[in-house]
Amino acid sequence: MSILSEPLHRALGLTDSELDDIRRVLSREPNPLELALYGVMWSEHCSYKSSRIHLKRLPSHGAHVLVGPGEGAGVIDAGDGIGVAIRIESHNHPSAIEPYQGAATGVGGILRDVFSMGARPLAVMDPLFFGNLDDARNRWLVEGVVSGISGYGNSVGVPTIGGELTFDQCYGANPLVNVLAVGALPTERLALGVASGVGNYAVLLGSSTGRDGIGGVSVLASAGFSGEDGAASIDDAKRPSVQVGDPYEEKRLIEACLELLDRGYVVGIQDLGGAGLVCATSETAAKGRVGMDVDVTAVPQREPNMQPFEIMTSESQERMLAIITPENFEAAKAVCDKWEVRASVVGHVVEPTMMADGTSVAMLRIRRGFDGEVLAEVPASSLADDAPLYDRPRRRPSDLDAIVADDPTHDEPVGDVHADLLSLLVDPAWVYRQYDSQLFLNTVVGPGRDAALLRLAGPGLPASQRGFAVSTDSNPRWCALDPRDGTALTVAEGVANLACVGATAKAVVNCLNFGNPEHPEVMWQLSEAIDGMAAACDALSLPVIGGNVSLYNESGGRDIDPTPVVGSLGVVDSLVSPPPGWNWSDGDALVLVGHREAAGTHPFPLAGSRWATLRGRRGGRLAAFDASRLVSTFRFVTAEVAAICAGQPSDVSAVHDVGAGGLGAALAEMASVTGLGVNVAKLEGHAELFSEFPGRFVIATRDADAFVSRALTAGVPVTLLGTVGGSSVHLGGVVNIDVAEITTRREGALAEALELI
Amino acid sequence: MPRIAVVVFPGSNCEYDAAGALEQLGASTEFIFHSATSLGEVDGVVLPGGFAHGDYLRPGALARFSPVMDAVSTFAAAGGPVLGICNGFQVLTEAGLLPGALQKNRGLTFLCQPTTLIVSSTHSVLTRAAHVDQELVVPINHFSGAYTCDDDTYASLVAHDQIVLRYRENPNGSRDDIAGVSNEAGNVVGLMPHPERAMSTLLGSADGRVLLEGFVGLGVGAR
Repeated sequence: MSILSEPLHRALGLTDSELDDIRRVLSREPNPLELALYGVMWSEHCSYKSSRIHLKRLPSHGAHVLVGPGEGAGVIDAGDGIGVAIRIESHNHPSAIEPYQGAATGVGGILRDVFSMGARPLAVMDPLFFGNLDDARNRWLVEGVVSGISGYGNSVGVPTIGGELTFDQCYGANPLVNVLAVGALPTERLALGVASGVGNYAVLLGSSTGRDGIGGVSVLASAGFSGEDGAASIDDAKRPSVQVGDPYEEKRLIEACLELLDRGYVVGIQDLGGAGLVCATSETAAKGRVGMDVDVTAVPQREPNMQPFEIMTSESQERMLAIITPENFEAAKAVCDKWEVRASVVGHVVEPTMMADGTSVAMLRIRRGFDGEVLAEVPASSLADDAPLYDRPRRRPSDLDAIVADDPTHDEPVGDVHADLLSLLVDPAWVYRQYDSQLFLNTVVGPGRDAALLRLAGPGLPASQRGFAVSTDSNPRWCALDPRDGTALTVAEGVANLACVGATAKAVVNCLNFGNPEHPEVMWQLSEAIDGMAAACDALSLPVIGGNVSLYNESGGRDIDPTPVVGSLGVVDSLVSPPPGWNWSDGDALVLVGHREAAGTHPFPLAGSRWATLRGRRGGRLAAFDASRLVSTFRFVTAEVAAICAGQPSDVSAVHDVGAGGLGAALAEMASVTGLGVNVAKLEGHAELFSEFPGRFVIATRDADAFVSRALTAGVPVTLLGTVGGSSVHLGGVVNIDVAEITTRREGALAEALELI
Repeated sequence: MPRIAVVVFPGSNCEYDAAGALEQLGASTEFIFHSATSLGEVDGVVLPGGFAHGDYLRPGALARFSPVMDAVSTFAAAGGPVLGICNGFQVLTEAGLLPGALQKNRGLTFLCQPTTLIVSSTHSVLTRAAHVDQELVVPINHFSGAYTCDDDTYASLVAHDQIVLRYRENPNGSRDDIAGVSNEAGNVVGLMPHPERAMSTLLGSADGRVLLEGFVGLGVGAR
């Protein structure tokens, strides 16, 4: 059947049963504009209709949680009267089509989520996933995405302090571009996306509204639709739906919004993101339980002859919706004028409508002129909250048992350990050098280390000696083998990274990147991952204060490996001195902190390791997630480093988490950044070198006796590994490589793979 | 207490950092919005980093037309100390207050990284508290930071000791490794590196202090 002869609701992405739901809500037939509103608001992207029943299982409460999931960003109380807001999102599909603008607008969108809470954005992180670099298109995607983040993020004036860079064949046609942002606010400036006060204005701030980005529901503008509703031609409808970003507009919008909030002119505020104006107006009205009248003719338009459905669903960037009292409007307008930000009254907050049955319903009315024709009238909450929830079929993949049985731990030949170790080393500096990582003079530990660590300071914040740390972590290799334990281990990896900079984990956010939810195997993976995350967060006392679900990530007919990305936020109570980092010194003793052997069936599992992937082995059984082992180790390492951050003397000179690439990669990285070698006496062969499971740290100390005695007092196992010194990395008779060779390979790996040198 | 005006264009983003660094050194600061026609009673002016007017057309090309620039020119002509950092340097060259121009980096990518600077002249309000050949670790953060000028301008810069800072290892393709220049009188200075980002060892380096101390008039004559 051609799209032209399809019924309108299907062309808008609504199912027949969803149309019946809409008829029930309205007690009548919806008109085409109303159908368009439901089409975008009930889309998977806006409504989380396939994932919401599972997301409910995540813990989201804690005494320090000021705002949990459901607002623009989650907010925790970091102490000293400062709230820290954090949010993560995906911008995968736009980036696959147009990498520069896709990534750029991803940054813009996440920043609006953060400053809509009243927080000044202080940091951005970007976990990126691409196909292998032997493909020219993937190299083009990498360069485009990185320059998009650089071009937008630097110009908008928010430092980009880290991220992740993962290459795997499963992302070939479907790269993942996730963006995390952190902001801070004086707690009394906390703002919510709630409309209130009958008679108040809904004011659209920022850019004019164009036809860009219409239809995250791509089928929106069908010929059938334009025939019903107006003159939009098919050519207009086929306009690319990737939005174009303007960081200069966003920078002025940030300054204007924060000044409006500081002056107390704003009752409620929300960003315009996916589904544009219909989303912002219906959500603020639904939350405030008030009606809202929107005049489409009052919306500044970039192009002539825009139809009401286009105005309401456009995803033009750099726009915010503020609820402002009529008394404050002129003063607010003056602030906007100063920053050259457009401010237009596009809506009025009105009384809820009394229904025949005596109930009152908060209605969203779309009108042509505030006193003009009513083009659409629907209960605001039916758009914002009442999308159908689906418990889609789930099925454990039938081939998973065979995959788990194919374990490289048992039968993969050792091979050339020297060459393998070198192949695992990639310095991401080529990427992060393109990002301003230092603005606001807060960055104590920048990109390329275990976690980023920043002073908790910024314009307008109360004075504080505290710091905050952020890490983004993911491991699709683990999650493909066991989405439940793989996700749990990923959460643990994030906490371990925060510990390396002395930060105590306070909260996490997640970006759940999965394949097609209509595949039962993908829904099983998603459900398992959420259970694993819930288990780990419960065990580690971490609330999940926000998240994003990105489904339909398919590549060449194959779903991506499950890729839950965890953003972890930690706090350091006193930050007056930098943490030790990787800077070991000649003569230091090297200690492995934490259980040397993995929990589970094998002491040094290679399943899911980067080494195994290098060998083309993608099966096996993961280490088990055992929280009881992790908690005391994390607490001990955090305390050791936090004491250094607080300015106390310490014998500890270097700390590094054992992460991707295993112990071998961790030691080689430390050697590379210091130019100093190491001699490790005894290792359990290549398996101990390359095995990956969190809960182990490499620590260099000037006083091994004192350090070991503190660890044992804390009940944390330690293993003496060896001594720092010399010009080569000797690892237990398994490897002996010159530091200079490691450095050359590591620093050149990315540029070489991108064919830049 | 020296009073320093920090000029804020729409799109500036280092104004808080610059003001904070100057205040650490005992100066008082005031933000002057680009639409202002007067600087008020001040002892110095800083044009901070960022992307004035979005860097549209090219960095600094629109900012030179902001109303405040007339007041900055008058202040400079009267011998007042004027410092342009990064985007501020670009604005000063576009406004004709400093010679030369800044073009895109050699590698055609943005660069944010530490650099080692060598003080080449102390004949400027920025370098007057430092000593010649002093090495300073100060980060750069720019896309268009490659200093360029014609041969006559270059000869004049050398003849009048206007090259105040050079990179030890040229990161961006600047002519003769130039990181910062002054006008002939030495009261107007621009540099691409960010001295305000090098004020504390907690953040990696405190080597920017000697430059900003000189600018606010501390430690002058101590060399």
